[in-house]
Amino acid sequence: MEIPYTVHPRPDTGVTNAKVGIWLFLASEIMLFGGLFSAYIFLRMGAPEWPGTTMSGHYYASASDILSVPLAALNTVILIASSVTIVLAWASLMTNNFSKYRIYMGLTILMSFGFLIVKSIEYSTKFEHGLFPSESTFLAIYFVMTGLHAIHVIGGIVVNAYLLGPGAKMWKTNPTQYTNRIEVAGLYWHFVDIVWIFLFPTIYLI
Amino acid sequence: MSEAHSAEEVQKHVRMYMYIFGTLLVMTAVTVAVSYLNLSIVPALVVALVVATFKGTLVARYFMHLSGEKPIIFQFLILTAVFLVFMFILFIWALSDQRGVASYVS
Repeated sequence: MEIPYTVHPRPDTGVTNAKVGIWLFLASEIMLFGGLFSAYIFLRMGAPEWPGTTMSGHYYASASDILSVPLAALNTVILIASSVTIVLAWASLMTNNFSKYRIYMGLTILMSFGFLIVKSIEYSTKFEHGLFPSESTFLAIYFVMTGLHAIHVIGGIVVNAYLLGPGAKMWKTNPTQYTNRIEVAGLYWHFVDIVWIFLFPTIYLI
Repeated sequence: MSEAHSAEEVQKHVRMYMYIFGTLLVMTAVTVAVSYLNLSIVPALVVALVVATFKGTLVARYFMHLSGEKPIIFQFLILTAVFLVFMFILFIWALSDQRGVASYVS
């Protein structure tokens, strides 16, 4: 059965069904990350010291003593830049420039991998120093929140890679629906960016 | 917003995306710079959340095209915000409830 209103807006909502679907999904994602942010505030406000006095024999006075602010700032720049390239990919399709779209979508995927590489460097440095989630409440919530975010980045890579690869055939048969798909994929990717925009200062800097 | 946009309008959007990109980079630099001022927790939290909210609003308004979006999307978001605030209140309520904490700590 074909999904209705994927090309033209549904008369009663004024938007395509795909857009209604992605915004409902993003609403559930807001509650997911909102719950984790609430848990973070709850744990932090209830803790006598934050991030904790000693871990693995070292004294840590603040979160930035444990975590790498330069690496996280680099990842912030990477994600913001990838948000720009995915919206430029959509804009290229809107002006019927498919080759430009491929460049921008390719750059988005490359930067997504860049984000994961930086994150894996960060994680491996922690593990080398014996800083595991079980070491402290701070490390537990840090790994849960950044790990869940990284899973979302991987999900975005899978979708974007499909749309750039096998899914791109649709551009020849139904360009409007394909452009709508890129817009919807972009909405998800911008949400992943917004989550990181809040994660960066709350976990790394405060 | 896909259907109703001409090529000229899209070009205008592209210029706007570049301005927003520049602003987001500047605000990221501000966030990092403020963290080196070693402010106490409350002002540090306020500055960090104000800057993050400003950045998030820019991404939502311009990159996610929320500024020209249909009312149904805002209805979804308002309902989500109500549930989110309710959840925050539950956590803060739990924090203020100190019954049993002393016995748990001891």
